[in-house]
Amino acid sequence: MEKIRITIDGKEVFGERGQTIMEVARDNGIDIPHLCYHPKLSKTGACRLCLVRIDGRMLKTSCTEFAMDGMNVVTEDDGLKGIRRWLLGLLLLEGEHNCLYCDADGDCELQKYVKMYNVEKSDEDFPRNLREVDYVTSNAIKRNENRCILCSRCIRACKEVQVSNVWGFTERGSQTHLIADDDRRIGESSCVKCGACVQLCPTGALTFQPVLGTGLNWEFDKESSICIYCGVGCKIDFYKNKEGLLVKTRGNDDGPNKGHLCVKGRFGFDFVQSPKRLTKPLMKKDGQFVEVGWDEALDFVADRMKGIKDKGGPDAIAALSSAKCTNEENYLVQKLMRGVIGTNNVDHCARL
Amino acid sequence: MTNSIREIPQSAGYLIIGSNTTENHPVIGSMIKNEVQNNKKQLVVVDPRRIELAKFADYYLPIRPGTNIAILNGFMHVIIKEGLYDKTFVETRTEGFEDLKNTVEKYTPSYVAEICGLDNPEDIAAAARLMASMKPMALYYSMGITQFVSGVNGVKSTANLQMLLGNMGVEGGGVNPLRGQNNVQGACDMGALPATYPAYQPVANEDNKKKFEAAWGAKDLSMKPGLTLVEMMNAAHAGEIKGMYIMGENPVMSDPNQQHVIEALDNLELLVVQDIFLTETAQHAHVVLPSCAFLEKEGTVTNTERRVQPMHRVLDPAPLVRDDWWITMQMANRMGADWEYENARDIFAEIRKVTPSYAGITYDRIEKELLQWPCPTKEHPGTQFLHRENFSRGKGLFTGVEYTAPYEETDREYPLVLTTGRILPQFHTGTMSRNSKVLEETAPEGFVEVHPNDAINLNINDGEVVSVSTRRGSIRIKARVAGRSKANVVFIPFHFYESCANRLTVDCLDPGCKIPEYKVCACRVEKIGA
Ligand code: SF4
Ligand code: SF4
Ligand code: SF4
Ligand code: SF4
Ligand code: FES
Repeated sequence: MEKIRITIDGKEVFGERGQTIMEVARDNGIDIPHLCYHPKLSKTGACRLCLVRIDGRMLKTSCTEFAMDGMNVVTEDDGLKGIRRWLLGLLLLEGEHNCLYCDADGDCELQKYVKMYNVEKSDEDFPRNLREVDYVTSNAIKRNENRCILCSRCIRACKEVQVSNVWGFTERGSQTHLIADDDRRIGESSCVKCGACVQLCPTGALTFQPVLGTGLNWEFDKESSICIYCGVGCKIDFYKNKEGLLVKTRGNDDGPNKGHLCVKGRFGFDFVQSPKRLTKPLMKKDGQFVEVGWDEALDFVADRMKGIKDKGGPDAIAALSSAKCTNEENYLVQKLMRGVIGTNNVDHCARL
Repeated sequence: MTNSIREIPQSAGYLIIGSNTTENHPVIGSMIKNEVQNNKKQLVVVDPRRIELAKFADYYLPIRPGTNIAILNGFMHVIIKEGLYDKTFVETRTEGFEDLKNTVEKYTPSYVAEICGLDNPEDIAAAARLMASMKPMALYYSMGITQFVSGVNGVKSTANLQMLLGNMGVEGGGVNPLRGQNNVQGACDMGALPATYPAYQPVANEDNKKKFEAAWGAKDLSMKPGLTLVEMMNAAHAGEIKGMYIMGENPVMSDPNQQHVIEALDNLELLVVQDIFLTETAQHAHVVLPSCAFLEKEGTVTNTERRVQPMHRVLDPAPLVRDDWWITMQMANRMGADWEYENARDIFAEIRKVTPSYAGITYDRIEKELLQWPCPTKEHPGTQFLHRENFSRGKGLFTGVEYTAPYEETDREYPLVLTTGRILPQFHTGTMSRNSKVLEETAPEGFVEVHPNDAINLNINDGEVVSVSTRRGSIRIKARVAGRSKANVVFIPFHFYESCANRLTVDCLDPGCKIPEYKVCACRVEKIGA
C-alpha cells in the first residue's frame, strides 16, 4: 500500500492511495458532514453534504473524491457552510419533517445536521412530492416516505449487505421515490425482514415496528450479547426501555456479523419476556403440575437419582445437555454426569 | 469451520453443498451472496431444493436427496482425470491419493448423473472444472451432508475434495460445516458428548481418566463411552435408562420418530427437565426447573468458526428463575459433591485448566479481542484457520468413500422422498421463535412443499390440507405447490408441533456418529377425503 500525505484543515495526515478524502479524514478522526455516505456501503455522491474545498479552489464531494498526495483539503469555511445550510433547507422543504412526532425520535442524522447548522424550514412554496406512507403492511418495518431524503442507503444496504435487492427508486426528478420490488408495499414484497435498511437509514423514514410506542430513544439502555439462534454467533446490541422491556436491537460491528443480522436475531427476542415463561419449579403430583420450592424440587431429584444409581448403576442415568446453553453450563452437566454420577451418558442435539 | 467468517471475501469462489445458507445461517448467506453478486465471485450449489443461493449460482445441481457422496466423487473423478488437482499439495501434504483415485475411478459424470438424478452429466464436469479454477475455493456444508446414514462419509468426501484442490490451510479455503445452534460448537468442545471429555479427549483412555480424576477429585471415572441421544431414547424405551436430566432441549419435537420418544420418556422413573418454557418434552417430566433465558445470563459461547464470545446479562430474571449452572451445581451437591462456583467466571477458570484449546482464553481477553480456539496460552493470538502447516495427524489422509443408498428406499406404497429442514423465520423446535411475535406472525404454520408435477398427479392444490404418511405415522398439513423441490421430493419444516415432521422421520443412525437420517425417508402424500 502506497502511503500518501494530505493536509486537512491545516493538519497533516496520512492515508493510502485509493482511499477517498472522506476515508482518510475518518481514519484520522476528522468528521466531515455526510448523509448518503456510509462506510459499509458503496459510494454514490448523491447528497453533496460532504463537499470540501480542495487546494483553495475546487469543490468536490469528499466521499467520492480520491485523496491525492499533497492535497490541501478544507472541510468547512463560510462558503461551504452556506452550501450545507442550503442543501439541508431543501431536504426539509421536500419532505414533511416534524421531529416532534417522528419515529426517529432523536436518532436522526438529518436532524443532527439541521441543528448543527441551525437550519430553519423556509416557508417558500416548493413542488412537494407527496409519497405513499406504508405504515402497517409489514409487522417488521414501517415506511414513511415523507421523511425520506433519497440518500439510497436502504437500497444499497439491501443490495450489498443483505443482498435481497428489495428496494429501488422509481420515476425521476422531484417525483423520485422508493419502491419495494416492482412497486409493492413492503409487507407484500420479497423483504425478509433482516432490518439492515432500517439500521442504515439516516432518518425516520424507515423504522422498526416493535419499538414504536415503547419510549424515548435516549432513555433506552443498551447491552450487547450473542444471538441465541444459529451458529454464526452474531453480536447484538439489545435495547430496553425504562420499564425494562426489550424494544429493539442493532447488529454490533465488532461481532462476526459485522453489524448485520437476520430476522431471528433482529426480532426474535420477545420470547424472553413472554408471560408463558416458567417462573417456579414444578412437580407432577397425581398427574398435575404443582408449584414447589427449589429445595423440595432439588431434594426430590437428588434422592430419586441416588435411588436409581443404587439399584441400576450409574449407566441407568443419562443427561441431555444443550446447544443453547453456555460453555460453562455444558461443562458442568458433563462434569455432573461423569464426576458425580459416574456415567458417560451425556449428549446434546449436535446431530439434530 | 476450519476457516473464518471474515475470510469470505478472500475466497475466489464457493461450493455450497447441503446447506440452505440464506435461511439457516442467513448472515453468512448474505456475505456469500454479496461476493457473488457484487464482486464477481463464482458459486456452485448442490442441493435437492432450489434454494435461494441457486439463483446466484454459476452451476446449480439439483441432486436426489442422499447422493452427496456420489456427486463429490464425480467432481473428484473429473478433477483427477483432467489433471486439475493441486499436485504440490497432494504430494507434500497428503497421503492416500492412490486409494482415492481408485475409488473415484468409476464415478464418471454419466454414472453420477444417473445416481443423482441429473439430466446433464456435462454440468458435473463443467462445475468440477470451475471449482478447480477457483483459487482458493471455500466449501460450506451443513445438515444436508451430515443428516444421513452415510453422514460421516459425506464429511470425509468434502475433506477429500478440498485437499485435492489444495484448499486446506489457506485463507479463504477450507471445509466449513455451519453449526445449526448458537453453541453446538461449544457444547461439543465442553464434552457434552458421550465419548469425549472437554477438547475431544476420549473417555476410553487411561491417561485422560487419570487427568480428570485428578482435576475433579473424582474416583473411578468410567472409561465406557456413553449412549448418544437416540440410543438413550431407545434404552429408556427398553427400560435400561431409568433417570434422565434434560437441560434446555426438546427431544419430543427435535428427535426422529416422535411416538417412540414419548413412550421412552413416559417409561422413565425420573425425568427432570430444565427449561424456560413448559415445552412438549417438559410436559412429560416429573420435575420441571425454571432456568434463565440467554439474555438473563452471563457466560461464554463458541460460534461455528470456533470464536469464543461473551454473553452479557441484559435483563434480570424473575425472582425464582435460576441460572442453569446453579441448578446443575445444586443437584451435584445434593448428590455428594462440594462444588463452590460463585459465577460463570469461576467455572470458566476451571474449563481453561482441563481444556488445552481454551487454556489461553480469558473473560478479560474476549471482551477486547477476537479469539478462536485453539488458543493454548495467554499470549497466543488464537487460530484464524486450521491446518496451516500440518494436519492434526501430520499428513492429510485421503479416504476413498463409496456412495451408499439411503436407508429407506421409496416403493409403491411410499413413492415420494421426504426431506426435512428449517425455514428462515422459525428455529428448531420453535420454543423461542414461536414465542416471538414478528417471527411467529411471519411463518405461523407448517407446510409440505410439493413439486407442481407431483401436485397434478396427486390432484392437490396450493394451500389445500393434505395427509403425509410414512411407515411411522401420518400428519395433516397444508400443501405448498412450488418448483423449489425436485419432482418426487417433498419438504417439511420441523418447527411446528401441529404438523410435526418428526412424527414421520426415521430413527436409523449413521453407524459412526449416530446422527439420525432426517433428510430422507419414503413417504406418501394424499388428498384428504379422496
Ligand atoms: S426524519 Fe429526522 S429531521 Fe425528519 S422529522 Fe424525523 S427526526 Fe426530524
Ligand atoms: S428510506 Fe432512508 S435510507 Fe432509504 S433513501 Fe430514504 S432516507 Fe435514505
Ligand atoms: S429488511 Fe432486509 S430484506 Fe427487507 S428491505 Fe430491508 S434490507 Fe432488504
Ligand atoms: S442473527 Fe441470524 S445469522 Fe446471526 S446468529 Fe442470529 S440467527 Fe444466526
Ligand atoms: S455524503 Fe458525500 S455526497 Fe452524500
